[in-house]
Order: sequence, then structure tokens, then C-alpha cells
Amino acid sequence: MIRPQDLLCPRPEGLYCAPGDFYVDPVRPVARAVITHGHADHARAGHGAVLATPQTLDIMAERYGLDFAASTQAAAYGEVVARDDVDVTLVPAGHVLGSAQAVVRWKGLTMVVSGDYKRRRDPTCPAFEPVPCDVFISEATFGLPVFRHPADRDEIARLLRSVAQFPQRCHLVGAYALGKAQRIIRLLREAGSDQTIYVHGALERLNALYGRHGIDLGPLAPATTGKKGDFEGQIVIAPPSATQDRWSRRFPDPVTAFASGWMQVRARARQRGVELPLVISDHADWDELTATIDELRPGELWITHGREEALARWADLHGVPARALDLVGYEEEGDD
Amino acid sequence: MKAFAELLDRLSLTGSRNAKLTLVRDYLRETPDPDRGWALAALTGDISFDAAKPAFIRKAVEERMDPQLFRWSYDYVGDLAETVALVWPARPGANREPDLSEVVDALRGATRPEVQRLIEGWLDALQPTGRWALLKLMTGGLRVGLTARLAKRAVADVGAEPVPVAEVEELWHALHAPYEDLFAWLEGRADKPSSENPGRFRPAMLAQAIDEAADFARLDPADYAAEWKWDGIRVQAVNEAGVRRLYTRTGDDISRTFPDIVDALQAQGVIDGELLVMRDGKVASFADLQQRLNRKTVDAKALAAFPAAIRAYDLLAEGPDDTRVLPFAERRKRLEAFIAREGSPRIDLSPMQPFATWAELAALRADPPAGDPQVAEGLMLKRWDSIYEAGRPKGPWFKWKRDPLLIDAVLMYAQRGHGKRSSFYSDYTFGVWTDDAETGKRVLTPVGKAYFGFTDEELKQIDKHVRDNTVERFGPVRSVRAEPHAGLVFEVAFEGLQRSTRHKSGVAMRFPRISRIRWDKPPGEADELATLERMLARMEAR
Repeated sequence: MIRPQDLLCPRPEGLYCAPGDFYVDPVRPVARAVITHGHADHARAGHGAVLATPQTLDIMAERYGLDFAASTQAAAYGEVVARDDVDVTLVPAGHVLGSAQAVVRWKGLTMVVSGDYKRRRDPTCPAFEPVPCDVFISEATFGLPVFRHPADRDEIARLLRSVAQFPQRCHLVGAYALGKAQRIIRLLREAGSDQTIYVHGALERLNALYGRHGIDLGPLAPATTGKKGDFEGQIVIAPPSATQDRWSRRFPDPVTAFASGWMQVRARARQRGVELPLVISDHADWDELTATIDELRPGELWITHGREEALARWADLHGVPARALDLVGYEEEGDD
Repeated sequence: MKAFAELLDRLSLTGSRNAKLTLVRDYLRETPDPDRGWALAALTGDISFDAAKPAFIRKAVEERMDPQLFRWSYDYVGDLAETVALVWPARPGANREPDLSEVVDALRGATRPEVQRLIEGWLDALQPTGRWALLKLMTGGLRVGLTARLAKRAVADVGAEPVPVAEVEELWHALHAPYEDLFAWLEGRADKPSSENPGRFRPAMLAQAIDEAADFARLDPADYAAEWKWDGIRVQAVNEAGVRRLYTRTGDDISRTFPDIVDALQAQGVIDGELLVMRDGKVASFADLQQRLNRKTVDAKALAAFPAAIRAYDLLAEGPDDTRVLPFAERRKRLEAFIAREGSPRIDLSPMQPFATWAELAALRADPPAGDPQVAEGLMLKRWDSIYEAGRPKGPWFKWKRDPLLIDAVLMYAQRGHGKRSSFYSDYTFGVWTDDAETGKRVLTPVGKAYFGFTDEELKQIDKHVRDNTVERFGPVRSVRAEPHAGLVFEVAFEGLQRSTRHKSGVAMRFPRISRIRWDKPPGEADELATLERMLARMEAR
């Protein structure tokens, strides 16, 4: 009798696959790793061999330098790669450029490690592909029924409306440097905004990388030069931490916006001094999480990081046995 | 409903007054009648509802979802209306979103059980922000940080040509929601609605602060009357054609809070005066007046313990006459006769303070005569020939406040500001020295908080000091090094002191602000709590 925990089990370093001798998204340096996507809490430098999508490998090289791992192997979406007795397939997760679910098959048992994912359309990466499985290992960053992300289009429309309403002010949008920032820029372009968008220096290399992967971000300029008046009526995108920092003083009376799923809760916005919260997230909201479980109907649901107890309760109430894995090291209260 | 919800959402997170004005003005320009009128009435507090209690809303949501999941959600969000707005499991096939006017009509007309049946359908049809706005509207009190006065300012800007806000204020109490006639006038589609409404509010005339250095040199003392500026709240008491009302200086109707004043109004006319608590003809402290303010209704006990009175400054109407067009000297004569006719112990006359030269008046201000003038906020100067003009015209009226009280206090905590100041630590809690009751050690105890009084350049320097001397961080707050030989001393100016049970130090300052930054002074030499206690004792001993 093969048990799921013989194939994947939590260890302090991360989720470990014994028959394939590798970790998925380990939080400490290990000999062999499969990396689902390029966010820093999932993709760390210093592993021996790394298997990931070409885009994720590219992102890691951009962030950590070319020598971020002893050896790397790129696997395109859908390509089956053998790791000892185990077959590993990377399948789109819809989270950020290059993000993947790790589908792990061994002796007729299929387990899917979702990594971080979302179900709605994202112009910067292919959509999440549901894979039938025995065990689905889900994130639960927004695993509470209060998280119901509105349509991106409406949030972008609110931003553009505010820009029109306050032409003397600059709109300073906090957005995570990898994925969120580029998605916001693409969504602005889709909404018909073709003027120059100003960006913080920390975004420039990743923006260029997205460009190399065929994501057209339109006219961008660094937000580091120019006089105060130059930014009137403009949109500036910066990492969330910079919007409250001294860096932001160069802008004329900015409207501070923040694009994050956490912005759903008013107290969060108030706490951070955000005047224009934009509820745009790269994670599945409550409805997407529960719809995914309902669609897959896995034999078991394992929940890795986030608000496990609520999602586990929902799964139990809906006849899907669930357990929380208590993996440590992933950001739950981070910048999303 | 969507536009109204978006407006409330933005207002609740916007600190800047100008930004709020823009948001409200744009909403009123872009939203059709009657929705915008109902929204305006909700914002000014002219309509409010009590259609659903929190317990009912909670029950409704728990019938639709797992109570445990709801509890976790509520624990996380912390606000019932917001939680329900977010978690509400909408049934598919809901109706279209209700208009604001549809909701208001139902809330005004329907019985509570009828409304409760409607609520679920509305919640099904709305998005989370719309649900949040709906729940706020139904449970009373929008609390989005917008005063009625500011809402009226935005109204004045609605048309292509802005009108003076005083015109809107004078009209206000003659109008009824949803104010279609008001918008028609503002947009140039109709004549100005009539303000001939007995009992209406007249926009108040306000004074400029005097510039001692510039103004006295060019002003002739013979042109001006002087009187004391009392420390209560400025009000307007109206008695016309059987309508008796008491308004604040911004036109809020506070008649229900002060039935004792309203009953005292006998003569037909409109008095401008100061609302005070008075016992045996003597002014009580502002703290006593606060016991009466901000209550919707008042009980017999409060009426007896904190008797309210008006000290009259001016007369705006007498019988059918609009006296605002008369010079102050003429109005004053009429006021004196009017107050004598009232003959009520609750309404007395603010006495004139005779003087011959500015030097003489300066001496009186520095050392007021015995009695009530000792607790006055300062002096008012009014040109004898000035008509009563709404707003704050420059020249006819000046206020000349007493010099503030000053202490040296030590910066203890700094908090990030909002909006423009969100990258600065701009809100400061400061303290003075006292002996700790348990340890006997000399420690700092917080006595107040201030966030203005300094220049932008000084703000940058204080911000740097805070960042360089942070001891601990608590979210947006930092505790700052404050020891006898290391730390920052502020000279704090304030208008008065009150006893306070809410502050550990036992005292609370009125209107504190930073008057100087004492980079030169070691914190050990800042003031003691005993100094404040002596100031307080002196004020109370009058």
C-alpha cells in the first residue's frame, strides 16, 4: 500500500520527495531542488541542482547572479522529467511569469504541489491548469472567506479615475517587484493608458526580463530623475516598502496606492497609510481556492502556508479530507 | 449605489481636506438626481437610519455560512459591517444593484420587518464595497471623516461658477433632501431657492487673528469696540414665527441637546453668542460644557448639574427686521434692549470692555480684571461701523487671543503622519518629569500630543532625529530616546488645562502645538508635572 507521505513529506528544509531525492521550494540550501516560481521565499540561492521552468531560472539568475546554483535544468511546461523513480512535470500555476505547479508521479500516485497560484487571467503568464490528482497541496495565503478579490479591470479603472480626478498629484503605486508590478503595467496598457509609467530602480531589471520574455510593458522611465513637477498626474510604481519611505518625498503630494490582496481589509490600508487600496493579488482568493478544490476533488487536500484552519474546515465540510502541513519559511504576512 | 459606495470608501481613507472636497464635488457633479441629494443628506447627517441592528445582520449571515468560518473572519477583520460585506455568500441570480434612492425610499417608508426582508436581496446584488456602504447607511452613522460643513463647501463648488459657501449655509435649513432645487440653481437651471424659512440658520461672521506688529500701527482705537472672547462654543439662537432653534456656528442644529436654552428664547429674533455652562452668572470651565455637548438627548440630571446659558454678542434679526445690514454700534444698542426684554437668567449680555489706547487694551489682555474675563480666551475687536457679513472678511473684526501657556516637554513617541506626511514621523507624544509612585525614580509621563507648529524644514530635522534615536518600534509608532542627557525638548504652547482621568498624568491640554524646538536644551531640564498641576490649580482657584 503506497501512502502519499512516502512520496512527499514535510521536513524543516521544505517539502521532501524521498523516492526522487529532491525538495520542492526548500527554504535552506539542499542538494536537489524543484522550484515552482521566482519569489524570494520560494526560490533561494545556494542549492546544488535546480529544476525549474526556463523563465524561473532566468529570474533567479537575474536576482542572484548566474552562479545561484551548482547546476540547473530547465523544464518547459508539460515536459516530463525523471528524478530517480519519480516523474516531475511543471504545469502553469498562473501566479507570475514562469510559475508552475509541480506534478509528481510515482507508482500510479499523483500529487500536485501548487506552489502559489491564482485562477483569474493574468496578461503576464499562462493560466493555471488543473491536473487531476490523488493529493493536492495548496497554498492558503488568502484562505479566509473575507478575501474575495474584485475584477482587476475595476481596480485599474479606479486607479485611472483617481489619476484623472487629481491631476496635480502623483499616484504612487506600491507593487511587489516580481510579477505584480509588471501585471499592473500590462493591465494599465490594456485599459488604454499608453503614457510613460515611471518605475523605481528596483523594478528595472525585472521589467527588462519580462520584456525579453515577450511581455510588452510600453514606455517606462526611471522615477529617479526629474523635478517634482514632472510627476504631476503621473503613475509611479515602486516596491511597497519604498512608498512610505524617504524615497517617496520626491513626488508632489502623492496619492499612495498599494496593489495587494491584503488591501481588501480596510484596517490594513489605514495602518499602512494607503489612500487608494487596489485589491489586486497574484494569489487565489477564497472563491478561487474553494472552486479549485471543488473542481479537482482530490483524495486528500494538504495545505501548506497561509490560513490553513479555515480552508481545512471548508474542505472537511465539503467532504475532502484535509490536513495542514505546517511548513515554515514562507511569507504569510508579506507584501503579497 | 456603486458610486456612493466608492465615494465613502475613498473618503474613509483620505486625510486631506482638499482631496475630500474634490471627491465629494466630483460625485455630486457626476451623479444624477435624486441619488446625489440622498447621498448629500447622508453625508451631512440630515438623514440617518436605524433599520437593522448588528445582531440581525449577524444572524442573517450565519444562516448562510458556517458560523465557525464567520467567527474566524470577524476575528480577523474586527468590524462587523465590513466582515459581513466581505464574506456575504451571494445567492446566484440576484437582482440588479439597487440605486441609492431606491434604498433610501425603502428605508424611509418601510417598516423594520419589511426592510429586513429587503436587505438580503440588496446584499446579494451588491459588490463588497457596495454592501459595506449599505450596511453603514442602514445602521446609522457613516463616520467617514467628513463634516457637514465640508460637505456644504463641496456643494458650493458643484456648478461651473462656485458660489460662496455662506449662501449654501443660509439656504440649507430651508431645503429638504434630495435637494433637487438646490442642484438646479447651482447648475444654472433654475433660480435660487427661497431661504425665507422661519427658524433658518444665518451664516456666521468670523474674525481674523490680529497681527500685532502690523495691524495696531494702522488701526485707530476709536474705530473699534472691544469685548471678551468667551471660552465656550459660538452659537446662534433663533426664535422666529414659533420656530425656536439653536445652531452651532457651522449650522448644525443642536436644539435637542439644549432644551433649557431653547425654552429660554422668548423675544422674536436671532442672537449670536457664546454657549457656556454658567452657575450664578459665573462662567464654568469648558470641561463642564463638554458634559453637555455631543449628546443627542439630555437627562434632567445633566440639565441640573451643567446649566447652559448664552452670553450674547450680536443681534442678527429682530422681529421681521434683518439687522445684519446695520452697523455694529446700532446692532449693539438693539441687542442690549433685546436681552433686557428677554429677561432670562440663561441669556446675558457680553459686556463691552472700554479702552482708550491699544496700550491700555494690551495691559487689560495681559492682566484681565477680576471675574469672568480672567478665563476668557482673549479679546475681540469689532469696527463700530461694521455690518454683519458672512465668512471671515479681513478688517472689520479681529480676535486677539491671550498668549498661550508654555512648557518645555520631552519627545517620547513619534508616529508616521498621513497623506503628504506619510514618509515622515510627524505626530509627537511628549512628556514631563514626575516621580514614579512605586519606584520613586524620576520618569517621564506623557501629557499630550501635537502634530503641527513646525516648518517643513524643521519637520525634516525632527524626522531625522526620530530615525536616529529610535528605541523601539510598534507598527507606525516609534519610541524615541528620552533620557536626562539625550533626547529632544519641545517648547509646547497650549490654551488651557483640564483634569483628565483618561491620561495617566491626570491632566489634558487644550490645543497643544509645538512652538519651538529646543535643540539646545537637555531633556533633564524640561518641566515637571508639578508645574502643570500648579497652573491647573491657579485656573481653578479663580
